[in-house]
Amino acid sequence: MDWEIVIGLETHAQLSTRSKIFSRSSTRFGAEPNTQANAVDMALPGSLPAMNRGAVERAIQFGLAIGARVAERSVFARKNYFYPDLPKNYQISQFELPIVVGGKLSFFVGEQEHTVNLTRAHLEEDAGKSLHEHFTGPHGESSSGIDLNRAGTPLLEIVTEPEMRSAAEAVAYARTLHGLVVWLGICDGNMQEGSFRCDANVSVRPRGQAEFGTRCEIKNLNSFRFLERAIQYEARRQIELIEDGGKVVQETRLYDADRDETRSMRTKEDSDDYRYFPDPDLPPLVVSPEWVEQVRAAMPELPAAKRARFEADLGLSAYDAAQLTLHRATADYFEAAAAALPAGQAKQAANWILGELSAALNRDDLDIGASPVSPQGLAALIARVLDGTISTKIARDVFAAMWTGESGGDPDAIIESRGLRQISDTGAIEAMIDEVLAANPAIVEEYRAGKQKAFNSLVGQVMKAAKGKANPQQVNEVLKRKLDS
Amino acid sequence: MALTEQDIARLARLSGLRLDSNDQIRARQELDRILGLIEELQAVDTAGVEPMAHPLAAHQDIALRLCDDVPDPAQTPEQRDACLANAPAPHQGLFLVPTVIE
Amino acid sequence: MTQLSEFRSIHALGEALRARRVSAFELAADALRAARAYADPNVFLHIDDELTLAQARAADQALADGAAGPLTGIPVAHKDLFVTRGWPTTAASKMLAGYVSPFDAAVVDRWREAGAVSLGKLSCDEFAMGSGNENSAYGPVRNPWDPERIPGGSSGGSAAAVAAGLVLGATGTDTGGSVRQPAALCGVSGIKPTYGTVSRYGIIAYASSLDQAGPLARSARDLVPLLDSMSGFDPRDSTSLETCDGVPNAPGRVQAAFDAAQADFQAGGERPLAGLRIGVPREFFNEGLSAEVGAAVESALQVFESLGAVRVDVSLPRTRLSIPAYYVIAPAEASSNLSRYDGVRYGHRAAEYGDLADMTSRSRSEGFGDEVRRRILVGAYVLSHGYYDAYYLQAQRVRRMIADDFRRALTEDCDVIMGPVTPAVARRIGDNRQDPIADWLGDIYTLGVSLAGLPGMSIPCGFGGESGRLPIGLQLIGRYFDEGRLLALADRYQQATDWHQRIPEHA
Repeated sequence: MDWEIVIGLETHAQLSTRSKIFSRSSTRFGAEPNTQANAVDMALPGSLPAMNRGAVERAIQFGLAIGARVAERSVFARKNYFYPDLPKNYQISQFELPIVVGGKLSFFVGEQEHTVNLTRAHLEEDAGKSLHEHFTGPHGESSSGIDLNRAGTPLLEIVTEPEMRSAAEAVAYARTLHGLVVWLGICDGNMQEGSFRCDANVSVRPRGQAEFGTRCEIKNLNSFRFLERAIQYEARRQIELIEDGGKVVQETRLYDADRDETRSMRTKEDSDDYRYFPDPDLPPLVVSPEWVEQVRAAMPELPAAKRARFEADLGLSAYDAAQLTLHRATADYFEAAAAALPAGQAKQAANWILGELSAALNRDDLDIGASPVSPQGLAALIARVLDGTISTKIARDVFAAMWTGESGGDPDAIIESRGLRQISDTGAIEAMIDEVLAANPAIVEEYRAGKQKAFNSLVGQVMKAAKGKANPQQVNEVLKRKLDS
Repeated sequence: MALTEQDIARLARLSGLRLDSNDQIRARQELDRILGLIEELQAVDTAGVEPMAHPLAAHQDIALRLCDDVPDPAQTPEQRDACLANAPAPHQGLFLVPTVIE
Repeated sequence: MTQLSEFRSIHALGEALRARRVSAFELAADALRAARAYADPNVFLHIDDELTLAQARAADQALADGAAGPLTGIPVAHKDLFVTRGWPTTAASKMLAGYVSPFDAAVVDRWREAGAVSLGKLSCDEFAMGSGNENSAYGPVRNPWDPERIPGGSSGGSAAAVAAGLVLGATGTDTGGSVRQPAALCGVSGIKPTYGTVSRYGIIAYASSLDQAGPLARSARDLVPLLDSMSGFDPRDSTSLETCDGVPNAPGRVQAAFDAAQADFQAGGERPLAGLRIGVPREFFNEGLSAEVGAAVESALQVFESLGAVRVDVSLPRTRLSIPAYYVIAPAEASSNLSRYDGVRYGHRAAEYGDLADMTSRSRSEGFGDEVRRRILVGAYVLSHGYYDAYYLQAQRVRRMIADDFRRALTEDCDVIMGPVTPAVARRIGDNRQDPIADWLGDIYTLGVSLAGLPGMSIPCGFGGESGRLPIGLQLIGRYFDEGRLLALADRYQQATDWHQRIPEHA
């Protein structure tokens, strides 16, 4: 049986406002328990919600960034269920009329470009936290401690259509979405602190079947690695279950990272009847077209626009442009480097950034913002290759030296002090070539007999004699000239 | 449109209420009587009428007011304790509840 | 006889205080004694002498500094649905026994800032659910006119305290009639202003789209400074209005409107209300209305006619439907508003429980009384999947139609609507307990006003019952934001009659 995996993602991004969505408590992470929870956050009798403009603005920015429709009128609704980290025992969310409708996000999976349609994005409040350390309650019962500092933090819930077909695709989408919300500055993207959490809806069906299979929801995946593994496990679980003659039960599951498996959450019957109704404490949210335009005008250039510009104006491939626009810091670095290079050479900058620089950053676990090699420094290094001072191969060594700060990180200084200058003097090259030709008559004969490999061997010998510093193009040209004459 | 035992049990569960068997019987009778009253609404032809959530919505434009994103200073531990003063089981600044095993 | 009983109005007492003929402190101390000694111990739920006397001292200081306003030093009290620092707030429920709020309700703040002196917290129906103050977990309140009878509800304690002369003003909340109805049954004046004019911040929520605070006092004239000072835009309440038809929603608005209306009426001379069209809804005079209430309302209308007004027959065809509509919407909102009471952060937690779900359900079932549990279940039902459209949305559609009916009558046919508040005088305590909807049916004349968010008030207009000593109220219903003019109309009536000056002998 050829199975198709169907995945839809719901992502909760904590918005980067300074105060909470319906109260003015601070959203700062890491405060003493319950010191950032006022009467509204604790749902004390008589408290009422009041809306944070900053949360709305960030939702508008997101809607614009994904090409969605920003609803002129949206409604907050109560989602009713009992849980101790939910102080009102209802969550203020949006149900029938969300603030953002539609939209799409494009990304690469390997070399293949995908586009996923978004269903909607809406505003809601986050719950508090349960600390499951071993507390003892008033009757000696095993207890958890509730901290409401997080309760009321604004969330943007972003929902995709069930269009993804592999764990890799889901991860690529999630990474791109993550990059976008951080790019826009609407979310800090700190997954360890819970700023960006994914729920995956996974089902399977025989390839070619039109109806969807029964789906399960895996909640609260806060790393890309867990997201990938959880989806892979779940898909396999469902396929095996069906192939064994069983049926998938619609349920909510959690991913256990230690065991690398998904587990059913304790099912609460009828817990799905949330009895949504418009919150009578909050009139409809009105977002005027004028406000949307103001937000649009104040937004930074979006990844999609930058990508298009990199392709059209700077001649990058779609793939390279997409990679460079995953993170704003990378795009900024690239633009600065390209600007410091002669016209038409932006591709060089792209190659170096996606290649050597990226590898060094990964190896040393650094963000591009902390790169010891600046965009201008990189451009200077590339310029030395372009003008023939050094070869590409030598340039990698120079880069490594710049990375450690040798000679103050100045490429010219490094080239000088290490004597890496490429030998381009025609006379010197001719002399070296003559020596090699004289010393290797047998190989010359092989070349004359038609063996191309002999040529490469001779080039190698010249480079060895030159200690790698001969200009390769020149060596090739002169050698060919001499041999063919 | 009589309610069943299961209906009452489901409503009690959704409402976080505990009804013993006497309560359940009484609740069923009472709710049946109440349903008889509210079912009068079914006969009304409301085609084309929008639900009204805010009473002044018919009189003037009611839109949600927005507040500036300015945080209050964090509470001192003393202020936090004042809020916790009514808590049945406070401990180290937290509210204790029986652990839920997920 | 208390010192307070020498003064029949806020104005009279205010004059004496400003002239320093009486001190706020002595007055408060005397009023506290009277409150504690009053025959019905259930009217007040919490009294704290020190808190009250501290407010009285502050009032005396303001009076000495010449910085007194109309409410400075006036003894008042708050329905135990308004959260207060210092005094506990229980909503008359076991669920909140001993709860002390870290903040004051907006209304409490405003009256305190205006210099009023609070004697404490008044009983009510539990979580404002009821029409007889029998649903208090702390004992029923008795009607000062007849201790065997209910004072009305849910603001029964507030109406009784005013009727008994224990305070000159009290706060109440009116969701479906809970200020107007007890005012009528206790022979005092009460007003529910336009929805959104008084902040709900600090009012323990029952039904958010219907709840509105309002004062009770001995006369319409006394209600003016009480309502004026409590109203005003509050950014903490997202349903609070910034303007009222362009006029800023702030203290001063109601007073100014009242003064302007009085000036208009003054200009009419012998016929101050000439040109005023009073709409009388024919549906209010149905077979449910008792003859004596009908007769008292009829006499009141004749008084208005003698002042120059004309009567117009109007129709509010969906009057009966206001009952099911209200009893879908209010329980629905209440069921959600009361979910927060789970024994986790405050409130009653069961002494014995198993797991978390058990703790929650036991705590709630122990903490809530019968009527509250009933309405929570109804609310859950009408919001549940499959019924939401047929019940909740349908009720909200009918609500719009009811609001439209009022709008049509008040724009095309008349300037104000008048009629009864209740179908009958106060019933005996303990009656109607067998039928869960019997009391609900008695709300028929007041519910529509709440659903539409219009201002409504009740003033005494006669007596009935076997003894002939049970008060009857007249309801006045105005256009949106018309509370100032309504109060002036009521005052004109009270200048021509003396029902509002009668005092129960049990006081």
